[in-house]
Amino acid sequence: MKYTFSSFLAGLVFGLGLLLSGMANPEKVLGFLDLAGAWDPSLALVMAGAIIVGVIAFAIARQRHVSFLGFDMRLPSGDEISTRLVVGSVLFGLGWGLAGFCPGPGLVALGAGEPKAAVFVASMVAGMVVFQLIERRRQSA
Amino acid sequence: MLTIAWESFTPWSALFGGLVIGLAAALFILLNGRIAGISGILGGLLVPEKGHIAWRVAFLAGMILAPLGWMALTALPDIRVDAGYPVVILAGLLVGIGTSYGSGCTSGHGVCGLSRFSLRSVVATLSFMAAGFVTVYLVRHAFGI
Repeated sequence: MKYTFSSFLAGLVFGLGLLLSGMANPEKVLGFLDLAGAWDPSLALVMAGAIIVGVIAFAIARQRHVSFLGFDMRLPSGDEISTRLVVGSVLFGLGWGLAGFCPGPGLVALGAGEPKAAVFVASMVAGMVVFQLIERRRQSA
Repeated sequence: MLTIAWESFTPWSALFGGLVIGLAAALFILLNGRIAGISGILGGLLVPEKGHIAWRVAFLAGMILAPLGWMALTALPDIRVDAGYPVVILAGLLVGIGTSYGSGCTSGHGVCGLSRFSLRSVVATLSFMAAGFVTVYLVRHAFGI
């Protein structure tokens, strides 16, 4: 119960941060990605702000085996730079650049009642299902 | 050369919004012991595991309800999507498949991964940023759509 509630809280704060930062607005994200047009550097400052807090939080997390609520610390351990990682990230960036939505802002804009965000999220889930089907086929082959 | 759009640049709200996003990632790792990676949290629901459904749904519900909480205080900021529906669908499919293969998005690799100094996440972030820059260049300037 505690776990579920703090998860809800983290999601809520994340969403409020996206709204405050302006990043729930695809037009603003594309303004950052458009280096050849009139460039809006805002996204860089969003990342900087998030990483300043993140660096401190993860430095504390690394020192601990359990969280402050007593749950296991699940820090990723993989360090392999694979083709999957790069190709997947490039495909993600391609989709990101097309509409200006990444997963978080898509969900927040959906909550704000933007119909295109609802279509984006549904298509993103469909993309994830496609991935699952391909992976399942690969594993059984 | 690089022209800065001073009239749309919002340094303070960007920085403070970023700090709040960092706070959310901090809460999640320090209270739940998990990485706040939105694509991973969502994708994990498609292969449901016992005991890992409620917290995923709760996190996503928090994000979706954030605009409602925001509206209790003030008017929602503008959300403008210039892309048409066919492009939005294509973009969604690419983001879904890409973040699954790449094991993360702007939050998991970008915010959390860079904060952990993870080399994997640095490579992923540089890859999706570069692809995003190139895509917008092609769409807006090379093809002028």
